[in-house]
Amino acid sequence: MRVLSRILIYLLLLLGSVMFLIPLVWMISTGLKPIEQTMSMPPTWLPYRLYVKADGKLTEIQQADLGKYPANEIVKKFAPRWGNFAAAIRAMKFFPLYLKNTLVLCLLTVIGTVFSSALAAYGFARIEWLGRNKVFLVALATMMVPFPVVMVPLYCMFRALGWIGTLKPLWVGSFFAGAFNVFLLRQFFMSIPKDLSEAARIDGCSEFRIFWQIILPLCRPALMVVGLFQFMATWNDFLGPLIYLTDQKDFTLALGLQFFQSQHGGTEWHYLMAASTLVALPIIVLFFFTQKTFIEGISMTGLKG
Amino acid sequence: MTRGERRQLWLGLAFISPWIIGFLAFTLYPVLASIYYSFCDYDVLSKPVWVGTLNFHDMLTDSAFWQSLWNTLYYAAFSLPLGLVISLVVAVLLNQPVRGRAAFRAIFFLPSLIPIVAGSMIWLWILNGNFGLLNHALELIGIKGPQWLADEKWTKPSLILMSLWGCGNTIVIYLAALQDVPRSLYEAAEIDGATAWARLWHVTVPMISPVIYFNLIMSIIGSLQVFANAYIMLGGGGPNRSALFYAVYLYQNAFEYRQMGYACAMAWVLFLIILFLTWVATRTTRKLIFYGGE
Repeated sequence: MRVLSRILIYLLLLLGSVMFLIPLVWMISTGLKPIEQTMSMPPTWLPYRLYVKADGKLTEIQQADLGKYPANEIVKKFAPRWGNFAAAIRAMKFFPLYLKNTLVLCLLTVIGTVFSSALAAYGFARIEWLGRNKVFLVALATMMVPFPVVMVPLYCMFRALGWIGTLKPLWVGSFFAGAFNVFLLRQFFMSIPKDLSEAARIDGCSEFRIFWQIILPLCRPALMVVGLFQFMATWNDFLGPLIYLTDQKDFTLALGLQFFQSQHGGTEWHYLMAASTLVALPIIVLFFFTQKTFIEGISMTGLKG
Repeated sequence: MTRGERRQLWLGLAFISPWIIGFLAFTLYPVLASIYYSFCDYDVLSKPVWVGTLNFHDMLTDSAFWQSLWNTLYYAAFSLPLGLVISLVVAVLLNQPVRGRAAFRAIFFLPSLIPIVAGSMIWLWILNGNFGLLNHALELIGIKGPQWLADEKWTKPSLILMSLWGCGNTIVIYLAALQDVPRSLYEAAEIDGATAWARLWHVTVPMISPVIYFNLIMSIIGSLQVFANAYIMLGGGGPNRSALFYAVYLYQNAFEYRQMGYACAMAWVLFLIILFLTWVATRTTRKLIFYGGE
């Protein structure tokens, strides 16, 4: 019975993993195929080239000419079309600019969010002042406001400032501490013993120096989580760029990919999948390098929230 | 207020000043403006004109509005419970003493990280009626698959299926909670002769009920605002408005029809719906949540 249930558990986990992985495998596989293999029946999993054997030499032939040769002379070889990536980048036209815009936004929003949230969280966690808890409740309440409620006034505000069609609406806000990150960091800051700050205060340390030189270095894991999540959020954001950006040259990768699909979608699946791989790959790589931070961060949001 | 207290107050305010400015400029002002606009006719180009409750009256007779509300509730009614149950099942399986748990966890988590635009492209391709992988798979077991995204009956199920693929976040949160359940409880239950099923139902579920509640609330908020994948995969609402979700219709009103006032009114109605459903969920689960855990 024990053995049986263990086998069942592994079977279910394997089945589930396959179902979760197939879409990603299919994206990469399609991205490496020539167009005629994307629409083959039955589906092709591994991209290939066809050759005929003649006088001990292999000569490549086209899919369409397959019928002209006897089946036993045909050789099928695994051959990914790496060139699809370059072709997809060329087809997307402004890909380098999309990448640059995305990276600029990621950099600015990560710096802005980490710095401003840490500052505000410190004020809520480690300085005692009158009315602190009431103000913190207001901060928590702002988390309940769904984005659609503020979407239109924000657009109008940025429009009045002349910021529509620039990257500004997408990063300026991150320098003004969002409530969720403040909440997360506050929990972390409060877990550091008070004596540490007291000792530094007695030594005549200014509050900002205590924050900068004592507390922040101790909170590196939490700051990493906030920075990482912000990076992901900016990289993945679609609605923000969709609303605020007007010129193709200002697009981010996410919006650029959608724009490409709306222009070329429905036929050039190999390029679309190659381009999608390029947009998704950095995130996958990032995940494998920072897995621990990721998992801890997600667990933190769930358990402390 | 003593001098020391005043000093502390200023110090505290100085530290939270980024938040104060952000709160005033990016939350308080927009919320107030949004309330005002929702009673106005406003196209951005000219000044808002006060029209009273006209926008809300219009909603009552706007068939696209009701269609979008129905689509959204339909989507939530399936994607939410299915997502919560599937994540819990996977998390419970991962919490067993299995080899390669970290690898399995990474595999289940990975799809939830894929940028929504890239994920939408993948699913556009998988759900393609003629060459899509899903219909190939169905053919193997003798079923002729539908035109998933072109058939109004199947657009919502398509998006629900896609949402389940991204439930890795929830799995990780559940798993963290499961690992906090003290082993001694399971051992005690086992000594009392509880079956695996009874242990799951009478030990695991009550012990992690606060986290189930947290995930429930998050899913309510998230699924009612479904936007990006629907917008990308089905453009302006799909065949016969079958995938016109609330947030998509709201976006169209704001940025395609330039009816900013109507869009704001819709946003407030959405907020009230979210509040109401959250309240209902809290009321009905209050007695079931067990906060006595460690």
